[in-house]
Amino acid sequence: MNGVHDMGGMDGFGKVEPEPNEPMFHAEWEARVLAMVRAMGAAGAFNIDTSRFYRETLPPHLYLSSSYYKKWFLGLEEMLVEKGYLTREEVAAGHAMQPGKALKHGKFDLANVERVMVRGKFARPAPAPAKFAIGDRVRAKNIHPATHTRLPRYVRGHVGVVELNHGCHVFPDTAAMEQGENPQWLYTVVFEGRDLWGADGDPTLKVSIDAFEPYLDPA
Amino acid sequence: MSEHHHDHDHDHSELSETELRVRALETILTEKGYVEPAALDAIIQAYETKIGPHNGARVVAKAWTDPAFKKALLEDGSKAIGTLGHVSRVGDHLVVVENTPQRHNMVVCTLCSCYPWEMLGLPPVWYKAAPYRSRAVKDPRGVLADFGVALPKDIEIRVWDSTAETRFLVLPMRPAGTEGWSEEQLAELVTRDSMIGTGFPKTPGAPS
Repeated sequence: MNGVHDMGGMDGFGKVEPEPNEPMFHAEWEARVLAMVRAMGAAGAFNIDTSRFYRETLPPHLYLSSSYYKKWFLGLEEMLVEKGYLTREEVAAGHAMQPGKALKHGKFDLANVERVMVRGKFARPAPAPAKFAIGDRVRAKNIHPATHTRLPRYVRGHVGVVELNHGCHVFPDTAAMEQGENPQWLYTVVFEGRDLWGADGDPTLKVSIDAFEPYLDPA
Repeated sequence: MSEHHHDHDHDHSELSETELRVRALETILTEKGYVEPAALDAIIQAYETKIGPHNGARVVAKAWTDPAFKKALLEDGSKAIGTLGHVSRVGDHLVVVENTPQRHNMVVCTLCSCYPWEMLGLPPVWYKAAPYRSRAVKDPRGVLADFGVALPKDIEIRVWDSTAETRFLVLPMRPAGTEGWSEEQLAELVTRDSMIGTGFPKTPGAPS
């Protein structure tokens, strides 16, 4: 979706402000939110793409004005309600009012902690040969799905070169909508800065994205 | 949490409001039998103790001292790091990109906050915030100036936008004046930002 989360190339957000000796969490609740997201994801309540989509669909003013973990919290709460794991009445009451729904991988308990500390595997067997080879020129499609996609706006319509082939991976566009893993070839595609940003762009800049095959046409 | 009234008064801070809502959600998830609070504590403790830039620093220092490891690391980051027993376990799809006198690499996630957690820990706030995400792909030299970093005018800048489940780690250049240093000594010079590409390793003898 063309949401405010797709920030590449936007102006007006000001300077980057690194915080010296930044703590891992700025409040205890941030850590709880992180842990709840990791735990419920590992228990099978949602996949990583769905959780990203729920953050992206927060109203733009909330997305832009909320801290990072506030966004995680708002996305998590809404997603769990919509997926039927809890009800709005329970959220309002602050207590469970009915039994839970079965989780694909069961209750998240201490025995599951170790496995959330390693990232999931996203590579899948290839359903078809790769369409593109390293060195091929490709054009990022001019597409504007209203649902989740990982093709940022700033490259759409532009021509780049395939630099790496990462194999076939879970396709976020369908996985986010719970329409299956639908594995697709994944490539690093590199663009000239001036092709993206015009003649005034930095002539020394090259930008790459990792693009799933359905995002690309031959060029 | 039945005492969770929504009787806002206006000096009720956003923080405490959020804190109440987060606690309420954890109560519900626990009561419904989805999570065990002790398991949430254990996740937090693991993040606080097991991951962090020290893992990435050890990988970089090894690459600086061991050419065969460096070659393997650049070919397949996950696989090469998997051979090092002493570093935290690393997930698949880690790509290590090398800085050279001709090319400087910088990593961003314009769409959310993708970051090599196992190597660098949880990302800092600035990495996840709008100024960095918006400008890194368009004006990386301006972003680097915000960090007090200047690059030679004609060096290529390559920005890697982490738009999939691949993760990128920058292998910075080894600082001059470190000939004969051990891996442990070298690892002390490797900063988090040098592995994101928004900084350089520390210089020997400079105050940290």
